[in-house]
Amino acid sequence: MIALWNDLAGHFHPDSSLDYLPQPQLRTLQLQRLQATVCRAYERVELFRHRMEERQLTPDDIRTLEDIALLPFSEKSDLRDTYPYGLFASPMSEVVRLHASSGTTGKPIVVGYTAQDMEVWRQVMKRTFVAAGLHRGDIIQNAFGYGLFTGGLGAHYGAEALGATVIPISGGNSERQIMVLRDFGVTAICATPSYFVHLIEVAEGLGIDFRQLPLRTGIFGAEPWSEQMRRYIEDKTGIKAYDIYGLSEIIGPGVGAECAHQNGLHIFEDHFIPEIVDPVTGKPLPDGEEGELVLSTLSKEAMPILRYRTHDITSIITEPCPCGRTIRRINRISRRSDDMFIIRGVNVYPSQVEAALMRAERHLPHYLIVLTRRSGLDQMEVQVEVTREMLDDRISELERLQERLTKAIEDVIGLRVQVTLVEPHSIARSEGKAKRVIDKRNL
Amino acid sequence: MKIQQLSVFLENKPGRLSSVCNALAAAGINLSTLTLADTHQFGILRLIVQNWQEAKKVLEDGGYTVTVSDVVAVAVADRPGGLASILSIIESAGISVEYMYAFTVKCDEHAVLVFRFDQMDKAVALLKEAGVQIITADWLKTI
Repeated sequence: MIALWNDLAGHFHPDSSLDYLPQPQLRTLQLQRLQATVCRAYERVELFRHRMEERQLTPDDIRTLEDIALLPFSEKSDLRDTYPYGLFASPMSEVVRLHASSGTTGKPIVVGYTAQDMEVWRQVMKRTFVAAGLHRGDIIQNAFGYGLFTGGLGAHYGAEALGATVIPISGGNSERQIMVLRDFGVTAICATPSYFVHLIEVAEGLGIDFRQLPLRTGIFGAEPWSEQMRRYIEDKTGIKAYDIYGLSEIIGPGVGAECAHQNGLHIFEDHFIPEIVDPVTGKPLPDGEEGELVLSTLSKEAMPILRYRTHDITSIITEPCPCGRTIRRINRISRRSDDMFIIRGVNVYPSQVEAALMRAERHLPHYLIVLTRRSGLDQMEVQVEVTREMLDDRISELERLQERLTKAIEDVIGLRVQVTLVEPHSIARSEGKAKRVIDKRNL
Repeated sequence: MKIQQLSVFLENKPGRLSSVCNALAAAGINLSTLTLADTHQFGILRLIVQNWQEAKKVLEDGGYTVTVSDVVAVAVADRPGGLASILSIIESAGISVEYMYAFTVKCDEHAVLVFRFDQMDKAVALLKEAGVQIITADWLKTI
């Protein structure tokens, strides 16, 4: 039977039947669940009821799915302001799990799950793995961090629910990661894309070729990454690299996932409603237009979240996917509205710099953007590690390389910035989300 | 007739050159010669060693980016006009020198000139024809 599902290559699979509901049935289910969620939040969460009352709304005003636009937005600051349990809609006696963000900027945010929420999480992560073509028999090395971060445990439960073999290695200790990859017959790995790129480098240093290993699938998420980076990973290692999407405030990983077609991420719409709004005005945008993704939960008990501003920039794809799933897709998250920085009046996203570097060099060098202020003027420096492919023994060629990179970045962002060639391994590697920008302007 | 030169990318920061030399010394690798070309930001350290494969491995294991390129080394009499005579052969054939450096060999009256030309094979043929002594990798092992 497994072989049969395999042959279908990501097509219908019983674990994913909810991915294929006929659209009218899906919309009816969504509306019922939305109404129930609004009721629950209104009755049990003070902040939400207060905001509804300010708008003179009651749960009865939500009659159609479109009425979701009447509801107030929620923001990360709402979770901080009500720290730790202010947005919970279940008594603590029903909350079986807490997770929290790392809290690098002030207080962490805390999220809670009931037993039913945990089951939903397990199921959406299972559907994530099924979409990537994994099944019982796969050996999954889970290099997402375990602990308060939702990535590690979320992927863990989904992989177990699938019946796969899970290696709970967590992030870090790269040489051990490589040893396990090589020795345990690992067929799939979960990691942040930047950490996996680092593992590729470490493996090369150890003389290990990923193409010679059984590894064939990578499940990558927790940070925005580019299509070019996917191509680099796939070319270098021979695996298929899938993008997944999620955030702790909504459930953790398991909000959306790519299927075999790797063309947009299917949102598990029976549990979440995606909307796209103008990031500045908050006005809903029509399908297909790019804007900020706003998410509402439809089945969360412990912490129902309505119209959460994700700050992730994407658009909704309305065309049906050739895989047959009826749940809609969003385009890959190319950037976040809040990792944008402004330099000399120009809006710049790190992903634009990454795309420019890859276009110029056809592979991904490690890079770091450093922002400084010199005599009142903002300076942007892009440090680029010189790889073997880039190195030449002629100074003139290296200066040409520098100019080529400068020009490629200028073509994308419209500014000439300082490109500095640095030695390999001189930029710190991350075991989780990569740090691409250091802003020293406020110091 | 070409020999292999290693080039290492270095940032222009204190201590970078000595760390390369220390890595090679620790591995017991003897340098035939080296030269550093630099800009205000970075430099390229070019090395000729007796066993370039081993040296390359030592440097790569040490985390350096290393590239191997072919250069031509010729021996000329260590007296005025030695370089000029070589250059006139090359220039009259329309070949450009991309870079060059020189070193003298102890216990020998010769200087060794190392060249990278834009047309390597043509340059080698011309120099041979003119009777210039071209140095081989084996010869380097004797100095």
